[in-house]
Amino acid sequence: MSQSNPVKAREHLKPPVTEVGVLGWIHQNLFNSWFNSLLTLLALYGLFVTIPPMFKWAFVDSLWFSGPEACREIDGACWSIIPSNARFIFLGFFPEDQQWRPLIAMILLFVLVFYTQNRKSWNRALFPIWVCGLFVMGWLMHGGLGMPVVETAKWSGLPLTLILSLFGMVGAYPLGVLLALGRRSKLPVIHSLSVVYIELIRGVPLISMLFMSSIMFPLFLPEGVTFDKVLRAQVAIILFTAAYIAEVVRGGLQAIPKGQYEAADSLGLKYGQAMRLIVLPQALKIVIPPSVGILISAFKDTSLVVIIALYDVLKTTKVTLSNPEWMGYSSEAYLFLAVLYFIFCYAMSNYSRKLEKALHRGH
Amino acid sequence: MSKATRSNADLTPSAVPFWRDPRKRAIIFQIVVLLLVFSTAYVLFSNTQSNLRRQSIATGFGFLQVESGFEIGESVIEYSSANTYGRALLVGTLNTIKVSLIGIVLMIILGVFVGIARLSRNWLVSRLAGIFIEVMQNIPVLLQLFFWYAIFYEAFPAPRQALNPLPGIFLCNRGLIMAVPAKHPAHLPMLIALAVAAVLWWLLARWAKKVQDRTGRIFPVVRTGLGLCLLFPALVWLAYGAPKAMDVPVLQGFNFGGGVTVSPEFSALLIGLVLYTSAFVAEIVRAGIQAVTRGQIEAAMSIGLRSGQVLHLVVLPQALRVIVPPLTSQMLNLTKNSSLAIAIGYADFVSVANTTINQTGQAIEGVALIMAVYLCFSLSTSAFMNWYNKKTALVER
Repeated sequence: MSQSNPVKAREHLKPPVTEVGVLGWIHQNLFNSWFNSLLTLLALYGLFVTIPPMFKWAFVDSLWFSGPEACREIDGACWSIIPSNARFIFLGFFPEDQQWRPLIAMILLFVLVFYTQNRKSWNRALFPIWVCGLFVMGWLMHGGLGMPVVETAKWSGLPLTLILSLFGMVGAYPLGVLLALGRRSKLPVIHSLSVVYIELIRGVPLISMLFMSSIMFPLFLPEGVTFDKVLRAQVAIILFTAAYIAEVVRGGLQAIPKGQYEAADSLGLKYGQAMRLIVLPQALKIVIPPSVGILISAFKDTSLVVIIALYDVLKTTKVTLSNPEWMGYSSEAYLFLAVLYFIFCYAMSNYSRKLEKALHRGH
Repeated sequence: MSKATRSNADLTPSAVPFWRDPRKRAIIFQIVVLLLVFSTAYVLFSNTQSNLRRQSIATGFGFLQVESGFEIGESVIEYSSANTYGRALLVGTLNTIKVSLIGIVLMIILGVFVGIARLSRNWLVSRLAGIFIEVMQNIPVLLQLFFWYAIFYEAFPAPRQALNPLPGIFLCNRGLIMAVPAKHPAHLPMLIALAVAAVLWWLLARWAKKVQDRTGRIFPVVRTGLGLCLLFPALVWLAYGAPKAMDVPVLQGFNFGGGVTVSPEFSALLIGLVLYTSAFVAEIVRAGIQAVTRGQIEAAMSIGLRSGQVLHLVVLPQALRVIVPPLTSQMLNLTKNSSLAIAIGYADFVSVANTTINQTGQAIEGVALIMAVYLCFSLSTSAFMNWYNKKTALVER
């Protein structure tokens, strides 16, 4: 042990190879105890048993662009079902010569979403831009003003899924905020009405609301008045989502310090002014990330309209699968849809996580 | 604010017109809202009345006593198409409860397992758990149900070529068919013995807690309890001469006879619900364990507790306080999502109610029944939640 020259000794003694670099990382993260080593080996074995056959099924033995006859010959996945039926799966019964309209509407929606996700564009112009955008989308889908009208009964596929969830959210938000304010209200009638509504809706499954829309709403209306199935389902989704939004917004309202309410009162603001100018701007900002969470659930939940026979993207897929030519390729079709839903939902949840971090002011 | 204005109003009762007095204004506002709500309800009600009369649809719950005339695929209790609608709906309710209870147990087991795996220091295990959580959370549960149901129908062979992964267990497109012990008079006493053991376990736990509170000594409750639960039924089994006969499924014609069959509908529903919800449970468990501060664990270790004791005495009681409230809401979610059974043809409550509505045309009663049953589930769950929160609330000083 030469204490005379410690600097030199340190230069010469490198850390053992098992502690640095790739080997070190593997040692530290995968084999740092006998139990972890066992776990790693088990996990690797599980992956080895499942991944290669699945890979072979999905990519090696598979067909991507072929007719249904060629698919009967192979052992692998028949992905051809998607490109061969893409038009119907995505756009459903929309008249063929008009199908550019939903396509442009969807592109417009994606452009709007892409524009909005950047926080630099969050300013006063954003709201009118969205109103115009939604209006143009509605016009493209429905027609009128020089374009042939397409009834909502023909709206189907991905546009229907997107519209039901997007308009569900847009329609439910004002109602949800009102319900949240109502639940916080000191007026007993308003308070109890809001509580009953919120708890009632949150206590029942969405499917019962959809049943209500499809078989009970027609009974509520006076004789001769009808409104169509898509709109009824849309109303049910709005009524359902509003209760969940109300609870999220209530969380935001509760997070605002009491001093803010008192300060607003002491400035002599009326209830409406205090809420509009002081409380809601702060509360709604807090609840943006959980609201994205609700949007994700609303997006996933729109798939339930299958049960009341609306042709959303899941239903068009099921219709395709009931075609004798393509019968028997459910796994491929459902896996494709799963990937589609996953991309949408994962992008949204990832974004909400980032937003939560960015908006967090740490108090 | 209300106090201040009240005193103002008392001081100058006549000077302020009623629309400027917040107290009176509040009352008027509430009356207006109530009137609006009631008049809307009245309009809907009268519309409904006239519509029902016009379409000559019966009202009231008299149909519950009428013969249903439809069969139900699987049932916990005796049922045939000669029974009443009331009994059919009861069958549906029991089916919902069956799939929910089994689903909740499996969901908690899988969720805790994945949640702990997510926190593992093993990179691979933690990543795999993370992938599982993301994938399951971001795919609609209905799509998952369709997928598993399609797997049963398209990927599994017919009964004649049934997969036989373990002796006595068969997998085919008719579902999962298992061998079970053949009926024997010993089974009932064994069940009673198990119940007695469970009660003893509970008493033992109470006694052990008292002893620990008084003296600090820890009695191995779980090990003793598990031992009792195994020992008692085993003793009864031996006393009856250890019956070993099994009811093994055998191929008869195109299907299996004997054994117990788990239908593809039930299996697909259970698998889909459990996988979807357990991903959320895993996140809850992870957050709950992470909510226990590092200092608590270090403090527990520094007073000389072993790692098992640290987990049992320090980490779990604190983590559970965070975990249980969202966990109960996930249990409720699973129960509510079990209503999607209708899409794959499992006879749960909603599905039976839907058939009833279609046959009788009494939509309002049917939907009201669906809502009432689910409200019962959710109200009882929130009652439990309140009780638990009160029991475990931090004693604030």
